[in-house]
Amino acid sequence: MAWEWHRELEARQITLAALAFLVVTIGGLVLLIPPYFLQSTITPIPGVKPYTALEQEGRDLYLREGCYTCHSQQVRPFKTETDRYGAYSLAGESIYDRPFQFGSRRTGPDLARVGGKYANSWHWIHFRNPRELETRSNMPAFAFLQETALDTSLTRRKLEVLRGLGSPYSDAEIANAEADARAQMAKVVESLRSGGITLSDLEARSEAVALIAYVQRLGRDLASSGAPLASAQVGGAR
Amino acid sequence: MAVVRGFALSALVWGLVGMLVGLLAALDLVWPELNQGPFHFGRIRPIHTNAVIFGFTLGVVFAGSYFAVQRLCRVRLFSDALSRIHLWLWNGIIVAAAVTLLLGKTTAKEYAELEWPLDIAVVVMWVIYGVNFFGTIAKRRVKPMYVALWFWMSTILTVAMLYIFNNLEFPVSAFKSYSLYSGVHDANIQWWYGHNAVGFVLTVPILGLMYYFLPKQAGRPIYSHRLSILHFWSLIFIYVWAGPHHLIYSPLPDWAQTLGTTFSIMLILPSWGGMLNGFLTLGGAWDKVRTDPLLKMFVVGLTFYGMSTFEGPMMAIKTVNSLSHFTNWTIGHVHSGALGWVALTCFATLYYLIPRLWHTTLWSVRLAEAHFWTATLGIVLYVTPMWISGVTQGLMWRAVNPDGSLAYTFIETVSAIRIYDMIRVAGGVLFVSGVVLMFINVIRTIQQGSPEIPAERARIVPGAAPAAAGR
Repeated sequence: MAWEWHRELEARQITLAALAFLVVTIGGLVLLIPPYFLQSTITPIPGVKPYTALEQEGRDLYLREGCYTCHSQQVRPFKTETDRYGAYSLAGESIYDRPFQFGSRRTGPDLARVGGKYANSWHWIHFRNPRELETRSNMPAFAFLQETALDTSLTRRKLEVLRGLGSPYSDAEIANAEADARAQMAKVVESLRSGGITLSDLEARSEAVALIAYVQRLGRDLASSGAPLASAQVGGAR
Repeated sequence: MAVVRGFALSALVWGLVGMLVGLLAALDLVWPELNQGPFHFGRIRPIHTNAVIFGFTLGVVFAGSYFAVQRLCRVRLFSDALSRIHLWLWNGIIVAAAVTLLLGKTTAKEYAELEWPLDIAVVVMWVIYGVNFFGTIAKRRVKPMYVALWFWMSTILTVAMLYIFNNLEFPVSAFKSYSLYSGVHDANIQWWYGHNAVGFVLTVPILGLMYYFLPKQAGRPIYSHRLSILHFWSLIFIYVWAGPHHLIYSPLPDWAQTLGTTFSIMLILPSWGGMLNGFLTLGGAWDKVRTDPLLKMFVVGLTFYGMSTFEGPMMAIKTVNSLSHFTNWTIGHVHSGALGWVALTCFATLYYLIPRLWHTTLWSVRLAEAHFWTATLGIVLYVTPMWISGVTQGLMWRAVNPDGSLAYTFIETVSAIRIYDMIRVAGGVLFVSGVVLMFINVIRTIQQGSPEIPAERARIVPGAAPAAAGR
């Protein structure tokens, strides 16, 4: 084999660098572009809606606290997984998730379908100190979220940005973002109180309330849409 | 040379800090009471990964590549001003990254957590590095570019592409933004980035270090130039395709997952090409390995490189991945590469650089030897329990009773691996204490040396490129 051509290449900086760059772009183009045109990844699933103002705030707290470092939101298509967590995840379910939260490590369980599994009051106690409910848990206590008031000064702006990126919020949802968030908060608080939790004023408008609203939403869209849950037809990824 | 000294020392500091934070994260998992308010695992873990990848590893790459490029090209760096801006901007970014991540300012995409203002600073810093590095090569007095330079040039171009495209986001406020991509598309592009951060930050530039500093330390030319050519081009081409192996059994289309698996397996060949070229370079110099802790680090580093580049492709096979994914096995795999290959090679590079940058000899070779053994034992003690706990947890998640119901609750699988998480802490303690030994050694070396020696200029010229064999 003749290697002379390469010796010439080694003397030409621009050519070698340009070639090296060309070589690394190919894989990216093939993997990243087609999914934007495939039915399985762009077809919305009926019933999947953007998060409410409060849920979106809760989701941003989930991101801020790095929950994704210990919890996945991606159920794999195995019987043992669907038995444990519920129907496997479909591409169309996460189209309003910016960023995605599939995760990479399950130090704790998958949360893709945790919504509705536990009562709001359970979550309140669990966030305060997980070991009150499960002595073997190694999850950090998030009591400080119950002592920090939720900041809604950016809520409206957040929904506006998300609408610009493709989440179909109505004008009313954007105009009333803050009021909607407060209203949903009041509902969560009411259910917490009826669940036997005594809340101070601060606790009733704390970040933990938003986080509970988000966690309770996870995986509920498919369930409420009546779509065939573990059916291979939906999403069509497999 | 001042800038190389700056990068070498900062890298060492960020390495120690980043590894201590990693140790804290490991302790948090075993004793959750250690999480204090906002200072909990979820915020600390990104600080650990960012500090060791972008603080420690990149710092050594900057130091090593700036040191080597001047000798390989027989010219000074393109611009002293750019070099200084590069050094301070990069250090500033690492500090800002630690502070903002601790405050919870994060995009929540692994290894790309920094919010948009810092992303912009990173891109500016990277362009400065690129201009300075490419500019130095452009004015070189040695026409052929040595293989290490190809690896570093390709690092600069590829990382720029990956970083910019994965971090495209729309700002909401000064430190909050939303990704331009959503759901499965976001996952796809994130793991294209994430996997190639491993490829083009933790592999390709480290191979550059190996190609320059291993032959220099061994006093032997690289075994085969042709092998370098083959494995360089195939490595950079194939690496980019392997990202979807992080998304096996996810909603990503099957064909993309299969491509990820296929290219991951293909990746064994170019990876081992690099490992073999390193090993065979030592042919005839193996006696030196007995007495030289730097060569020991290179050798064990290459061994771990070979091991983890075999393990990775195995974990990319669907059947294996169904067991290993989401478990500690992944953490073990990453650390066998990051501690075994990356850190050991970086340590050896720093041990090579620091005495030369301060015009003296290493204060204590025996202490470096002790560092080598502590580090190696630490890695074994870290990686082995991660393998065991990964397989344990994976098997427990899928275990079923005779009637088909799940055999274990999730919390039972958490308790089952606690003991291994404890052993991992011990491995981490050993590894970090090795770095402390290195710290002492480096400080004493700097104390006995001096950055200013009039003969410095004269010393640079004889430090020529390791000659390539087989040309």
